Amino acid sequence: MDLYEYQAKHLFDVHNVAVTPGEVCTTAEQAHEIARKIGGPVVVKAQVKTGGRGKAGGVKLAADPDEAAERARDILGLDIKGHVVSRLLVTQATDIAEEYYVSILLDRSNRSFLAMASVEGGVEIEEVAATRPEALIRERVDAIEGMTMELAQRMVVAAKFPVAVQQATAEILVGLWRVMTAEDATLVEVNPLVLTTDGQVLALDGKVTLDGNAHYRHEHHADLVDREGIDPIELRAGELDLNYVKLDGEVGIIGNGAGLVMSTLDVVAYAGEEFGGVRPANFLDIGGGASAAVMSNGLDIVLNDPDVRAVFVNVFGGITSCDAVANGIVAAMGELAERGAQVSKPIVCRIDGNNAEEGRRILTDFGHELVELVDTMDDAARRVAQLAAGPEGK
Amino acid sequence: MSIWLDSKSRILVQGMTGSEGTKHTRRMVASGAEVVAGVTPGKGGAAVDGIPVFGDVASAVEQTGANVCVVFVPPRFAKAAVEETVNAQVPLCVVITEGVPVHDTAAFFQYAQNSGSTRIIGPNCPGIISPGLSNAGIIPADITGRGRIGLVSKSGTLTYQMMYELRDIGFSACVGIGGDPIIGTTHIDCLDAFEADPETDAIVMIGEIGGDAEERAAAHIAAHITKPVVGYIAGFTAPEGKTMGHAGAIVSGSSGTATAKAEALEAAGVRVGKTPSEAARLMRTIITGS
Repeated sequence: MDLYEYQAKHLFDVHNVAVTPGEVCTTAEQAHEIARKIGGPVVVKAQVKTGGRGKAGGVKLAADPDEAAERARDILGLDIKGHVVSRLLVTQATDIAEEYYVSILLDRSNRSFLAMASVEGGVEIEEVAATRPEALIRERVDAIEGMTMELAQRMVVAAKFPVAVQQATAEILVGLWRVMTAEDATLVEVNPLVLTTDGQVLALDGKVTLDGNAHYRHEHHADLVDREGIDPIELRAGELDLNYVKLDGEVGIIGNGAGLVMSTLDVVAYAGEEFGGVRPANFLDIGGGASAAVMSNGLDIVLNDPDVRAVFVNVFGGITSCDAVANGIVAAMGELAERGAQVSKPIVCRIDGNNAEEGRRILTDFGHELVELVDTMDDAARRVAQLAAGPEGK
Repeated sequence: MSIWLDSKSRILVQGMTGSEGTKHTRRMVASGAEVVAGVTPGKGGAAVDGIPVFGDVASAVEQTGANVCVVFVPPRFAKAAVEETVNAQVPLCVVITEGVPVHDTAAFFQYAQNSGSTRIIGPNCPGIISPGLSNAGIIPADITGRGRIGLVSKSGTLTYQMMYELRDIGFSACVGIGGDPIIGTTHIDCLDAFEADPETDAIVMIGEIGGDAEERAAAHIAAHITKPVVGYIAGFTAPEGKTMGHAGAIVSGSSGTATAKAEALEAAGVRVGKTPSEAARLMRTIITGS
């Protein structure tokens, strides 16, 4: 889960990484009040989970509370790369002498963590890495030893930080490791880290990604979930504990196991090329041990998506037995009918593996006019693409 | 002989008294695997279907000679379970548990590296099967039998699908390495093991979007693998920035795309199928010559 700047900076503050004082708000009146409390010039910053907000007019300086309210009105509602601004961070303005870069992230390739530091901050770090790799110092961080003060000091010297800020920057690196471990983050990034004209080293911006697998040991992480940005169907699927991602096509997909479902998306998209570019409408993984109830919830979600024209249920019974899957489909159709739902979309099923013959027999006996059995994954994908395209093609 | 798991494997199940642990212990036993012990802290002295349960790994290993651990414990206990396995110097630890915080995985992987005594497979994986010899994890044993193909995959159900597609030929071993951002055994580890295994003639490698493991494997194949390799990558149509079930399966920017991975593999001489069935056809051609 990616956090907003204000949430990231709050975590920095909690773990004693120096940030500029500020508060989040959603109206111009609140921005006025925060600016009044801070006193002096402030910066009004759009809170969006995308880069380039400065260029898009999402970051403005204001001399006093009245101007802060004005700027807040300008920025609220702004569309920045498809993200509409609904929250603002109002922070104390700082006189910047220099801009640096520091980060720590999960390093999948080396199966540990990676810390990076550069005196060239405030610009896209990918740009620095590509054009002047010698300006970006990278060090492996051992998962058990962590970011020691010794390692942090070695990094700031290697990255040629001015002597006067070396200790403060090293302390920030150690502090960012505290954020990583204490909050179960997979990324903490400060760009820019600034030296102010009065000699302080502060995080002017902040980016944090939290590990969803660790939410169980951080109660407060639930409060950081951003409901505004989530597709309503994804939100509902989340409440039902389904692993669902909304996509932009016409074929509803239900399968078991992340890899098989991803593969199903591909096979449907390939088959769809023949029918005018029919594509998958979603990713939905009902998991290894898919029960009738889970299948029923899944079908309900997918059939209720107005973009879906036909559904493909692709199950390989490994642990799950196929008769349970077939019974799930039968039960789901029954439940949907009981709820008064008008099911009018065709459902193509391919079930293979453990007890497949029994599963197929159950569906054949069920004899529902909308449920169709196809033997192989490729043929089923072609059939569902054809059904979604309709007689006229897409 | 087979890679990492064979008829001499004596399996210990951590979390055997839990519902998943019990269910899969029974499946492993039914498939012919030798499950010699269970471990559940505080439940030493109990038994599941006559298999003794111990309170800690060290006692279980001492009394039963277990040399493979399969971990079914809940995510919050996974780190302690693996570290206990490493401390008992069990050579293979298969972590089935899904949802382990990545800081825990990073720490227990480093712990195992430092000790040098234990290979970890997983977490969040279906495990490893050497058909006809042994079975450590949840891969169904009845899909196919023993043959001469080695299979390595991030995904569980795609592993099963590929085993099914090539069920008439059979496999020397199938390893589900898991889709988490940090895993104990990589594609490269499996490729090396299959290359050295006299019972393996050809290798199927299944990957998916995210990270650069497949690209690294491609470079490794070009330099070190002489046996024929067939590849399949899932997620060609996945959108950028969305996590598809596996925490590791996320495309960020231009890196980690299925296309980039397939191209890297093809450049290394790997024949890549666009779908699982096409990959299976390519492998069939290699094995049977038709």
